[in-house]
Amino acid sequence: MAYKIIASQCTACGACEFECPNAAIRMKGESYIIDPAKCSECDGEPARCAGVCPVDNTCVPA
Amino acid sequence: MSQIISLDSISPLGSPVTVADMRAEMDKGGCSSSSCGSSDAQGDLPDHIWDKIKDHPCYSEEAHHYFARMHVAVAPACNIQCNYCNRKYDCANESRPGVVSERLTPEDAARKVIAVANEVPQLSVLGVAGPGDAVYDWRKTAKTFELVEKKLPDIKFCISTNGLALPDYVDDIAQHNIDHVTITFNALDPEIGAQIYPWIYYQGKRWTGRDAAQILLERQLEGLDALVKKGILVKINSVMIPGVNDQHLAEVNAEVKKRGAFLHNIMPLISDAAHGTHFGLIGQRGPSAAELKSLQDKVSDGTKLMKHCRQCRADAVGLLGEDRGQEFTMDKIAADIDYNPEKRDLYRQVVEKEREDRRRATAEMEAQLAVNSVSTVAEQPMLVAIATKGGGRVNQHFGHATEFQIYEVDSHGVRFSGHRRADNYCVGGYGEDDRLDIIIKALEGVSAVLCAKVGDCPKDTLAQAGIPVLDDYAFEYIETSVGAWYAAQMACGQEKATA
Repeated sequence: MAYKIIASQCTACGACEFECPNAAIRMKGESYIIDPAKCSECDGEPARCAGVCPVDNTCVPA
Repeated sequence: MSQIISLDSISPLGSPVTVADMRAEMDKGGCSSSSCGSSDAQGDLPDHIWDKIKDHPCYSEEAHHYFARMHVAVAPACNIQCNYCNRKYDCANESRPGVVSERLTPEDAARKVIAVANEVPQLSVLGVAGPGDAVYDWRKTAKTFELVEKKLPDIKFCISTNGLALPDYVDDIAQHNIDHVTITFNALDPEIGAQIYPWIYYQGKRWTGRDAAQILLERQLEGLDALVKKGILVKINSVMIPGVNDQHLAEVNAEVKKRGAFLHNIMPLISDAAHGTHFGLIGQRGPSAAELKSLQDKVSDGTKLMKHCRQCRADAVGLLGEDRGQEFTMDKIAADIDYNPEKRDLYRQVVEKEREDRRRATAEMEAQLAVNSVSTVAEQPMLVAIATKGGGRVNQHFGHATEFQIYEVDSHGVRFSGHRRADNYCVGGYGEDDRLDIIIKALEGVSAVLCAKVGDCPKDTLAQAGIPVLDDYAFEYIETSVGAWYAAQMACGQEKATA
């Protein structure tokens, strides 16, 4: 399983890219995307990308 | 409206730059028709602080007449949420909302700074001040400064932060010769902080409520102390939120002053449901001009208070009160651009001379006021509103003024007191009467308006409201004009008394 970013709500602030321990998040076009192959959902810890995301329900389990 | 000068109208690089050109530039001021920074001149600031801020438009009220700043939005990520900020659009308080900022890579930002330095000789300061937190995403901020330092070694840097990540980067900040750091600090009491910050993100975890406010507070104070210890100037920004922290900010002022902050800038909350901020949506109101001034006056014996803050956009370019950002969007900047120092060097020489002249004229005027003063009567200082485009002169048409600089005058001299905004009265060359009502309301308590020119209709309307609008001092220095006006009032009063 992995997290995903709802592109229509993403502000492209980049905080999730900065926090991701797996370097799974990168800029694509106008928004960020999460590479599901690299995302580990933070191995059971609270997901860091979702924790820092400023917009509710934008960085969510896929 | 900001003064927009199209790129076409600017003489091409390589054409000769003359002293006369630079004098013309100076009339555009640093921060147009507004006030910035600490009091008007050095005043009681220690020399080592004055040296650092005298050419900084945001900190020195005098410098804002002559110098310009630019902000680049290179670090959009943020580690806290504020109830007055909606990052989906732009932070309403740290930068004006409505226009989406141009997000820049450090490399693009450096090119943009050089393009602006070539065309805007007033440029003296580069800031990274949101959207986002300049310190949280430190790599991007640092990279930008590194690139710019190589080309423009004399430019000053400043950054703005919420303070949460600050203690971790104080050593790095010191290495970059950053003279000024601004910390946004809204509450000393975590209970109040919890009403302003719904959450923070710290050490891999989201914190809410009182815990969040407590952590943020501790990190802010730790960062403030560490910066002061390193000799870096710290300015504190506070957003005044009526009913939340307005009664509390005097306490904040005392604490940050005790810890060594050199300026405290209390800004009004900007709140509108259309901005989509939490405060906007729940109908939290911002303070009135009178409430803001009352708070500023109450704490003015503390840390030097900044009264001329313009709350500019985070990607603003130009003198305070004007934004030329749209002239310098990335698509207009050449891929390979070189810095030409000629304009800026000459501009600095011209400004030095002008500042000396202005100081001398002010000193003469104040000496004259003191001689003429009637010391038997306990006098009330009077407020005078000035329409200015910058350069420290009364040089704006009344109808073009979107805001007024307010000066306080009595027999002890002329002091800058603040600025008041009034929406542009003159739209497309004709006046609108309801706009005048807005101006009259904004000028409450003001005894006179000095401007370069004024039409008969607005002049009569304001006169009926008890505010004379005078163009007798057009293009003179502000301080000498206010002093001369005051001397005339006093002479008039004495005649009446003796008659």
